[in-house]
Parts: sequence; C-alpha cells; structure tokens
Amino acid sequence: MTEPGENEKREVSYLEAVREAMIQEMRRDPDVFLMGEDVGVYGGAFGVSRGMLEEFGPERVRETPISEAAIAGAATGAALMGMRPIMEIMFMDFVTISMNQLVNQAAKIHFMFGGKASIPLVCRAPAGSGTGAAAQHCQSLEALFMNVPGIKVVAPSTPRDVKGLLVASIRDNNPIIFMEHKLLYRTKGPVPEELYAIPLGRAEVKREGRDLTVVAYSIMVPRALEAAEQLAAEGIEVEVVDPRSLKPLDEETIVQSVCKTGRVLIIHEAPITGGVGGEIAAVIAASEAFDYLDAPIRRLAGLNVPIPYNRTLERAAVPQVEDIVAAARALALEGR
Amino acid sequence: MTRSSKKNKAATGAVDGVTVYTTGFRSAGFRSAVAEADLSLEVADASRLLEELPREKLAWMLQKMCEIRYFEEKAEELYVRGQVHGTMHLSIGMEASAVGSAMALRSDDLIIHHHRGHGHTIAKGADITLMMAEFLGKEPGYCRGRGGSMHIADIPGGNLGATGVVGSGIPTSVGIALALHMRGSDQVLLSFFGDGASNLGEFHEALNMASVWKLPVVFICENNQYGMSMSVKRSMNIDRIAKRACAYAIPGVSVDGNDVLVVCQTIKAAVEHVRSGKGPVLVENVTYRWRGHSKSDRNLYRTHEEMESWKELCPIKRFKEKLVEAGVMDGEEAEAIDQEAKATIDHAAEEALAFPEPSPENLEDEVYAP
Repeated sequence: MTEPGENEKREVSYLEAVREAMIQEMRRDPDVFLMGEDVGVYGGAFGVSRGMLEEFGPERVRETPISEAAIAGAATGAALMGMRPIMEIMFMDFVTISMNQLVNQAAKIHFMFGGKASIPLVCRAPAGSGTGAAAQHCQSLEALFMNVPGIKVVAPSTPRDVKGLLVASIRDNNPIIFMEHKLLYRTKGPVPEELYAIPLGRAEVKREGRDLTVVAYSIMVPRALEAAEQLAAEGIEVEVVDPRSLKPLDEETIVQSVCKTGRVLIIHEAPITGGVGGEIAAVIAASEAFDYLDAPIRRLAGLNVPIPYNRTLERAAVPQVEDIVAAARALALEGR
Repeated sequence: MTRSSKKNKAATGAVDGVTVYTTGFRSAGFRSAVAEADLSLEVADASRLLEELPREKLAWMLQKMCEIRYFEEKAEELYVRGQVHGTMHLSIGMEASAVGSAMALRSDDLIIHHHRGHGHTIAKGADITLMMAEFLGKEPGYCRGRGGSMHIADIPGGNLGATGVVGSGIPTSVGIALALHMRGSDQVLLSFFGDGASNLGEFHEALNMASVWKLPVVFICENNQYGMSMSVKRSMNIDRIAKRACAYAIPGVSVDGNDVLVVCQTIKAAVEHVRSGKGPVLVENVTYRWRGHSKSDRNLYRTHEEMESWKELCPIKRFKEKLVEAGVMDGEEAEAIDQEAKATIDHAAEEALAFPEPSPENLEDEVYAP
C-alpha cells in the first residue's frame, strides 16, 4: 500500500508536523480544539502549540489550571457531547493523574452505555527519556493503556507518520493515547503539506531485510534504522517493522516479516517486564510465524528501573544504538 | 452594605430550609473575575410553588417520587428473589432531591449523575420499562444490559449517564458544560454526586475549572450523611458542604433536601443563575439514605434511632401533606397517584423480565465506536 508523501521534498520537524496536523484539523472542523497546561502564549512546554493561540484564540486553544484530572474530565465530557478535544498532557508521567477519567470514564462510556455514546478524544503525551529530566518526567507508560479495552495507543516515529496518525486520531471516535517522544520533536523528515490521514493499525516496514526482523516503535525506530545501517556493513540485513499504532496492532505485517526472516527482536524504551514487547512476542509465538522461527523470540527493552538522572545511567537504562547492534547481531548469528 | 453584614444576611437565609453561603472574605484590593453581585443567589419562598405551579406539575412531582420509591423497592425484591445479580445502591428517602432538581429543568437540559442514580433517571423522564430492563441486564435495556444499575444512561433524553466510581462524573461534567459553552448553547447541566465525592481531588479541580471558565453547570451534592459507613462528621471539619463553594467564588446553597419544593425552588434559582452566564453554583441537598450503602451493608455505623428520625422526614409523606394542606388535591387523590405509580412499576418489571437476554456473540466488537 502506498504511503502519503513518498516523493515528498518538503522537510519539517516532528514537532512542526504535530502542530500542522492540529492546525489543519482545527481549520477543517470547528469541533476540534486543543486544551492543556500552558498551551497558549507559552506554546506548550515543548513549544508544540506555538502560534496557535494567535490563529484560534483562547476558546479553542484553551489554557487550563494545573488540574490533570479535570483536564481529562473536560476532554471526556466535551467528547461525549460530540466535540473532538485534543488534550495535551505536559509530560506523559502526569497522565497518571488523569487515569480515572481516561480509564474509568473515557474508555468505558461507549461500551458501558450500550454503544449509544462515544468519546472522540486525543490525549497527546510527550514521553520518553534522554532529556535528563529523571524519574518523573521521562516515562513511557503505553503498556498501562494497552490493557484497557476502549483505549487506543499510537506511538509514531517520523514526522510524516506523526502528522497522518494525529489526523486519523482526531477523526477517530475513541479515546486515544498519542505518544510523542521528546527526542523525536527535533528530528526532520519529508511531510506533505496537504492534509492526509494514516489509518491506525497499519504497520510500516521502515527498512527491508532478509536476516532478521526488528519490531520497534517511537524513538526506537530511528535507533533501529541506525543499527541496521551498521549491521549492513557486516552483511547482516535487518528488516525494521514499525507498528506505529500499538492498539490496534497490525499483527499481520509483523507476522509476515517474521515468516520471511525467521528471527525477531522486539525493542522498546519502556521497562521490559509487562511491556508491549511481551504482547508482540506472544502474538508471533501463536501465529504461523512460529514454524518459521530459527531462534527464540528476543526482546530488548528498558531496564526495570525508574529513569535515572545521571546521563550515563540514563543511557544505560534504555536501549541505545550500540545495544541494538549487539542484540541484533547476536540474534542473527544465533544457532547458525 | 459592608461585607460582613452581607455575609450575615446570606448565612441567615431569607427562606425556610435554605441557607446561602457566599464568599465575603475577599482580601482588600483583590481583583477577581467574579463580580460581587454574581456571588449571591436569591431563592424564592418554596411554598409559593404550590400556587404557582399548575396542579398537573405538582401531581407529576408526586408521581415521580412514588415511582422512584416503588422502583427501588421492586429492585430490592428482585434482588432478594435472585433475579438480578451484582449490587445496587438505593436512594429510598432521597426522592425529593432527584425530582425537585429535575422539575427545575427545561426538557432539553442535561444531567450527569452517580451510582445511586435510579431516582435521577426516573425524574429526568426515562422510560421505566427500559430502565427496569437495564437493571435486569436485558438486551432492550437503555445500555443493552452492558451497564446495569450503576450506569443507566438515556442520551437522547438528556441523561448523560451514571458513573460507578465516586466523584468521577464531576470532572466529566466540566467537559459537558464546556461543550455547551463553546457551542453557545443556553442548555444547562445538573451534575449530581454525594457527600463522599466532595472529599475527592477531582471535585476540587472540577469546581475550580468550571468557575474559572464560568461554565453552565449546577453541582448538586446529595449529602445523605454517609460515604458508605464514613459519616460526614468524621470525614470533614465543616458542617455544610455548600461552604466549599466559597473556595471557588461561586454561590453555595445548602437546603432541606427532603422538601421537594425547597429543592425545586433552589435549583430553579441556580439554573437561572447558570443559564444567564454567571457561572456554576454548588447546591447541597441535605438528605438521608434509608437503606444501606449497597447490599453488603449491615448498618453497623448508625443507630436505629437516627434512621427512624429521618424516616419521620420522609419526602413523599411531607409532600403529600403539603399538597393536601394547600388544597391542591385531597388525600384520596394523592393515594391514587401513589397506587398508579406502584402499578407502573409492577407492570414495567413484568414486561422487562420477559425481555431477551443479550448474546455474548461479537462482544469484543462493541468496545470501540465505529
């Protein structure tokens, strides 16, 4: 299937792509609005909404008190009324304060009310480590939401994906946790200027290869691609599959890739125990790919630690390019 | 008028059963976005409603209160007979709060409420058979048997649903009211919750946000004296929950929640205040739940005497007496309304019991909206 902007020349940053998606959707649909702490004059903690207040005014670029439960409640209630709120949580860590509204209200209302209401809500959550902000500003909490029926989880890795997936998320009629990795904000890539949506639940093979499959999302995609480049010099061809949305998960693309390569390494930044990698591994193990496996399914993920402050410790806590190179090389050679 | 005299006047209350709390402790020189005048709420004498409202409206109020009472007695009976599973939270003794509040609304106004929510649903005009069907977990029920007693919603009827986690509807109501505000609607929202919920952080975040944004919502705290077994006397060091409004610069009103006319007159004033764009109001309906918190409750935390003393203040009995005293109807007519309500409930239960059960087929397909 063709992806939007394959021959696109225009390059913008991930951050600008997020902003562009919001602006274009807000121009298109008066029910879409942005709400969160410091999203107005300040432009949001990471500057994502800079300039939006000037265009849309304080009603639709709505600054809130520091009240994450009420922000999530306000988004849930507005969505229940048919609006399409985008709530920005300053750091994904703070989403824990919103959990009651997101998990017990937003996720449940459609089902619990017999399908007679829906909650079209996007919770944008800057996530991940690498900024030196330590244990309470660096978490990747996607796994918490994976186990909640009613919520979708999206974790884009490129500027083009983040725009198309945010547009699709805004138009989706369900509550969505939309993870934006802080280290990706400054990365640049081709992004079509026109409005386009990339459907949730469709993975993309970011690099083709015959020797092993790496399943990676968010910040781990550029790291996996860099590792694949290094391994190619050694003659190891890595296929990198980016699920892009974790729930719904494009199981088919992952399974097909593993059938082809016979080896799979699943990578994420969040702690390994109870992480998304376990779920993906189980999906592969229960699929036809099982018969094609030439080595055990391997995972490379964050250590089971809070993110430490010290730069060396912080790097050690989550997979880096050199870790991916080592793990992928070992797996490619395992049992040969 | 000086601040202190205004406060005293407000706290005294001009009307029986109604106490209005306003801030009045602003520091000198503090400039607030809230006009001093917007902090007050004038509640008219409730007994006037006996003259002002047409007989059929007054009869409707009695009918709904009786329907709530009989619905819950029937619910209890079905439970004892093993025809429902799970638990339920009964509002017997609190009927005036639901009916008086709903009476103050326009038909297109909205409500959001809580786990003890049968009364609000009936008062908002739900189809009782479909409600009973939901209670029984049947496919034709309001939520197709997926929600049950704690989650009855009637979206087209303006009932945006009951929440089972104490206080969870309060932040959600900020969003509902925000949508009304952003769309320039003149509809208002009544947001019901209990005394226990007012100790949650979500309550305080929500009231503050609704106040800052001047949203069209009346927060109605049904103070039935206990959060499960925890008495309000032990869970907070203030005597009236309405006083919490002062912290958010919105009017706070505490009323006799067992007098349906007082509730109605107060909510009318609150709704008018809210509809005119002055921002939210907090109303505390002081009442009492006769039954236990849920089916596991053995009433170990309160005395028989206390429970009996509140039964003396039965909202249905009091309203009937007022209607007869005022000559709106005689005792026989009141009794006829009562018996008709009983028949309505009996009939609804009979019909709903015969409804089909939902099928577990394709259950996972219902989790996400298309």
